[in-house]
Amino acid sequence: MQTALRTSLPETGLASRANFAPHARVVREERPVHTSGLPLSIRGLRKSFGDNEVLRGIDLHIPAGQFVAIVGKSGCGKSTLLRLIAGLEKVDAGSISFGDQVQPEDIRVMFQEPRLLPWARVLANVKVGLGRDRASGDAQSRAEKALSEVGLADKRGQWPSVLSGGQKQRVALARALVSRPRVLAFDEPLGALDALTRISMQRLLERVWRDQGFTAILVTHDVSEAVALADRVLVIEEGRIAHDVLVNAARPRERGSVELAGLEGSILSHLLSADDRT
Amino acid sequence: MSLIDSVSFPRSVRLPRVDGLIQWIVPLAIIAIWQLACVTGFVPTRVLPAPSDVVLAGWKLLLSGELVRNIWVSFWRASIGFLIGGSIGFAFGLANGLSQLSAKLTDTTLQMVRNVPHLALIPLVILWFGIDESAKLFLVALGVFFPIYLNTLHGIRTVDPQLIEMGRIYGMTDGELFRRVIFPGALPSIFVGIRFALGIMWLTLIVAETIAASSGLGYMAMQAREFMLIDVVVLSILIYALLGKLADSASRVLERLTLAWHPAFQKR
Ligand SMILES: Nc1ncnc2c1ncn2[C@@H]1O[C@H](COP(=O)(O)OP(=O)(O)O)[C@@H](O)[C@H]1O
Ligand SMILES: [Mg+2]
Repeated sequence: MQTALRTSLPETGLASRANFAPHARVVREERPVHTSGLPLSIRGLRKSFGDNEVLRGIDLHIPAGQFVAIVGKSGCGKSTLLRLIAGLEKVDAGSISFGDQVQPEDIRVMFQEPRLLPWARVLANVKVGLGRDRASGDAQSRAEKALSEVGLADKRGQWPSVLSGGQKQRVALARALVSRPRVLAFDEPLGALDALTRISMQRLLERVWRDQGFTAILVTHDVSEAVALADRVLVIEEGRIAHDVLVNAARPRERGSVELAGLEGSILSHLLSADDRT
Repeated sequence: MSLIDSVSFPRSVRLPRVDGLIQWIVPLAIIAIWQLACVTGFVPTRVLPAPSDVVLAGWKLLLSGELVRNIWVSFWRASIGFLIGGSIGFAFGLANGLSQLSAKLTDTTLQMVRNVPHLALIPLVILWFGIDESAKLFLVALGVFFPIYLNTLHGIRTVDPQLIEMGRIYGMTDGELFRRVIFPGALPSIFVGIRFALGIMWLTLIVAETIAASSGLGYMAMQAREFMLIDVVVLSILIYALLGKLADSASRVLERLTLAWHPAFQKR
């Protein structure tokens, strides 16, 4: 299931970071010590749409508070995996468990589209994220706090339509964060943003993850984004996890460093070689 | 202002103070030319009375109370017919937009009935109701029903499914989902239906009152025709136009208030 990168990598220092047993290396310095995150265990997960067998047996353990990136070719089932984790699709076979009793508010998803209500002001949109706590007395202050966390406190009274793409996505992030989730799943959340906005959003994502310590699962088609943000990169091929790569670079990470670039290159070459085989 | 013209108008062209007045220049000019043509005898007053004569006729009818009474009757018929037809259309639009079962059950039937021009039913309606109030209300309600039904249905069906999924993810109940996502999402389309329906409402009422009534503006016009009171005929037509414009403006104000979030209605 989880083949090591080593087999096909030149003997650089990078190869030794390939991970055979993800469970074995749970505690690492850069991860928040007191994590609020939930661990996630997936066993034998399968999912088909009609005849299309999208996920053919996923086995995966994500320790609490880890930042995991999932990459793979378009249509390989990344979104499907994420939607299964978030409970938006029904599992065909196998199991997903969070090692704890979960409330709906514990798991949040962010999509490529901000999905804000155009007819609700920014603050009201953030309040939507409180779920069943919407009516509670501190709803207002919690929403305001979440909005400040993403740096948009001054936009609280605006309509979403006047915000830029990056700002809308930050409001969506505030809405996801306001209930203090323990697992946050991102489906290409920065896919529609321009390069500069992307980078500042990546920094924001990393910052809130470090501050709050949730378990982060980021689906992305951008391998450099994956290695820049994640503790661990999973490559999905043919419905399975084909590679499971640890990224040990210290945070804050230096974008375009030799170390990250090397890792990115090796993951990319895997994605491309899979392409050649088919 | 409607969605379309507010979008296509560049900001810099708008001069807010003059803006309100500019639209009256053409109608006032037309009235001036019309008056001039009548006074000079270019247009015989048997064909078209001068605007001053129309105003005078209106003044006399106003004093006798006849004008207010007829306007009131027509206004009442229009409103009640609109409310009845609109509510039923809205209810069917909601039901068929929200429930597959309801749509399967009634949509095809309604789409078939829609192809019958409702004014073609006038002879039948007179046979059923005579020239009773219910005849007019029935026709107006029927005419108003379809635009409201179709646009409510369309509005609900085209609400962004991603927003609905978002609402569910964030734990909205069915009621909240409707109130906070589906209904506001359908509202722009519902307003299109209302505007259409208002036009149909007046048209239906004019025809119905002209053919089968003993009061109302259409009846007033027909009576005037019998007595060759051309100024009253023209007056009735103008009042219809004015009422139509008033209803349209009211719906625009409502639209502006409820769709303040829409980019087309935002402060400029
Ligand atoms: N709701 C659905 N119904 C049918 N097919 C689906 C559905 N969702 C996804 N698929 C199919 O599953 C495959 C994987 O889709 P997805 O998980 O969205 O891929 P990715 O996010 O990796 O690009 C695709 O072939 C897609 O067509
Ligand atoms: Mg996808």
